[in-house]
Amino acid sequence: MKISITKIIIFCFVIFSLSVFWRGLKINKNYDTKNLIGSRISNFKLSEINNNEQYISEKNLKKNKYTLINFFASWCAPCRTEHKYLLNLSNTNKEIKIIGLNYKDKKINANNFLNELGNPYDFVGKDIDGKISILFGIYGIPESILINNELIVIKKIIGPIDKAQFNEILKLIQ
Amino acid sequence: MLSNIGIGFLILVLILSFLTIYNASLDLKISNQLIKKSIYKLSLFQTTFTILSFFTLIIGFINSDFSLINVYENSHTTKPFFYKIAGTWGNHEGSLLLWVNILVIFSYLFLVFNYNHDKKYRLYTLIFQNILILGFLFFLLLNSNPFNSIYPIPPEGLGLNPILQDPALAIHPPLLYVGFVGCSIYFSAAIASLLSGYGGKLFVQSIKSWVKISWCFQTLGIVVGSIWAYYELGWGGFWFWDPVENASLLPWFAITALMHSLIVLEKRNTLYAWVIILCLLTFILSVTGTFLVRSGILNSVHTFASDPSRGIYILLFLSFMIFLALTVFFKKYKKENYNFNLKSKETFILANNWFMAFFLITVLIGMLYPIFLDVLINVKISVGPPFYNIVIIPLVIPFMILMAIGPKFGWIKSKNKIFLKVLFFILGAGVINLSIFYFFGRYSLLSNLIFIAAVFLILHSLLDFKNFIINKNKLELPRIISHLGFGLLVFFIGINHQFSLEEDFNLKVGEVKKTNTYEINFENINIKDGKNYKAIIGNFKLTNLKNNLFQYLSPEIRIYPNPETLTYEAAIKTKISSDLYLTMSNVSRSEYYNIKFQKKPFMIWIWISALIIALGGFVQLTLKKNEN
Repeated sequence: MKISITKIIIFCFVIFSLSVFWRGLKINKNYDTKNLIGSRISNFKLSEINNNEQYISEKNLKKNKYTLINFFASWCAPCRTEHKYLLNLSNTNKEIKIIGLNYKDKKINANNFLNELGNPYDFVGKDIDGKISILFGIYGIPESILINNELIVIKKIIGPIDKAQFNEILKLIQ
Repeated sequence: MLSNIGIGFLILVLILSFLTIYNASLDLKISNQLIKKSIYKLSLFQTTFTILSFFTLIIGFINSDFSLINVYENSHTTKPFFYKIAGTWGNHEGSLLLWVNILVIFSYLFLVFNYNHDKKYRLYTLIFQNILILGFLFFLLLNSNPFNSIYPIPPEGLGLNPILQDPALAIHPPLLYVGFVGCSIYFSAAIASLLSGYGGKLFVQSIKSWVKISWCFQTLGIVVGSIWAYYELGWGGFWFWDPVENASLLPWFAITALMHSLIVLEKRNTLYAWVIILCLLTFILSVTGTFLVRSGILNSVHTFASDPSRGIYILLFLSFMIFLALTVFFKKYKKENYNFNLKSKETFILANNWFMAFFLITVLIGMLYPIFLDVLINVKISVGPPFYNIVIIPLVIPFMILMAIGPKFGWIKSKNKIFLKVLFFILGAGVINLSIFYFFGRYSLLSNLIFIAAVFLILHSLLDFKNFIINKNKLELPRIISHLGFGLLVFFIGINHQFSLEEDFNLKVGEVKKTNTYEINFENINIKDGKNYKAIIGNFKLTNLKNNLFQYLSPEIRIYPNPETLTYEAAIKTKISSDLYLTMSNVSRSEYYNIKFQKKPFMIWIWISALIIALGGFVQLTLKKNEN
């Protein structure tokens, strides 16, 4: 077999692709959020929903003892059911700050949603195309992530917050 | 008991596979033209035992024999009989057994039906096919054995995932498997052809029908999968550019290109190397798709089958196949001279191949790029419909026009007169297209061009059909049908895309929602007991505000106990002109239901067009017998 550039390129390409697959098998944790707990949040930057200039980053989060990041949207019905717990949490507890992350939503609908049900959030950030939420392994909302002042995730709640989970959050931040 | 029988059969198949390879290699050295009888017998026994092992598993499922782990994990005594059988291939291990079955059956049929072809070529094909069989058989026995037993025997099984309990899905895997695994035979044949030097027209004749069979089944399998997604998943779409759907499209592009190139190789005895590449590529892409889906690298509706240890095995075997194919190809490759006239059929067929290659590469990049990025630099992106729509749709326009014109041209060289005819038809298509936009009153350049091209292709195919009725040239018929089907498909997808309505809102019982054209009244809820599930049925009254006609739709939420799962059954009213589509999902801890309402024009025509494409292939299969 004569060796030519084409052959070398083809072989290299094949070997490259196969080894990427090989590595992919080992490190693939795309949608696996089990390991999120205990991990540290990085590259966090969020623009305010009504004001692009205003944003929140890791620095701000470090000042809070605890932060609950809640992923919500006006079109999401279960988000309505958990809202009262969020309001309760923000009214009764000064230790915890709540950040709302508005997921794949329209600005006007999100504002109406908050006007109608009340605003439990200390800051409402926007994630119009859902890209920021991907970083947190969010695959359906509502979901919430509780972090401490070292930006370490201590709890992740998939689905709406209910009474039991509400109590658990209270316990964690005592 | 069944476990031992099943494993026994599989081990027999394994031994027969070794014996076949051994005997075939011995027979290669004998220089007469007849293959030894014993090889036929070995192959026949092998086929019999493989089929028996599959029946053993089916019996396990029918009798709910939970001593088999596979039955225990995927079946349940209350499951309807039909789904018990379908459960056999509705899981990773069982489907792999089906895979091995098809490999073996095709191997035998290829050996028997090609009795008038070169001995060496047939023996090499048999050897390589058996190497593939061995590869998958070892995988089956060592890693994914459907006959593994469990003790103590559990009294009840875990049940089949309810979203898989659907008639379309019961036949979707076998169809796709015949399509994808069927490609294996001309993968082996291509290597055999390179090694034995048996090329050209005769080679084409030996693999032609196998290519057509697998093309037909792939096409059908993809359509059925898409129908299932539409009716069952409740997303209201029929194609999502989901990585798994893409994985099934890749071999389809390759095989479609192959089908066209075969014609050139048969008539003009050129493009041999390219045909070989496509033969090899089709099966390699099928296995790559299987790897991506089964290993869990991609997440999708097929993740029921994901497990990294399987991934490693398939990847090793895939690497072996690719290197084998590349080495043999480069060793035997001889440079060919191409001499094509621009105005000839072969040029147009080649154009088809370029387009197919382009579509293939686009989809491949869209599918692999996110994986590569994730693995190499840990950046997660997702490539969605916008990418495919932007890259693929504009190219569909010239593709369809060439598809219409191409068949008009003769081999080697044609006259200019044809161009004038073509011009006339583009004008005709344009007029019809403009009138459509006059009535519907919307305008977008790209979709307008799509419509022109689609109508152009449809008109051309209809004209060809008229000619067919006059001169009865049966060989043209399959092509006319499939091209017509493709034109219709694009046309109806275009209309569907342009004129669909979609509303998403929350309602509770007794509430009414008004949209621009419809009033949706959520009247009440009943609870029904199904055979193996409970259903919450919402009754909705839909009133068309334009003509005050109303109809009732009843979407369901089903609760299956084993394993506990909720599924959402869309209520779909299919009419010739449009589909009304309503799904309802519960909102936890609230009396509201989330309602998704869609009106999709000409939905049923999309399926019909896609089936017409496949029909073309089947017509060709029936023709073959009469014409030869």
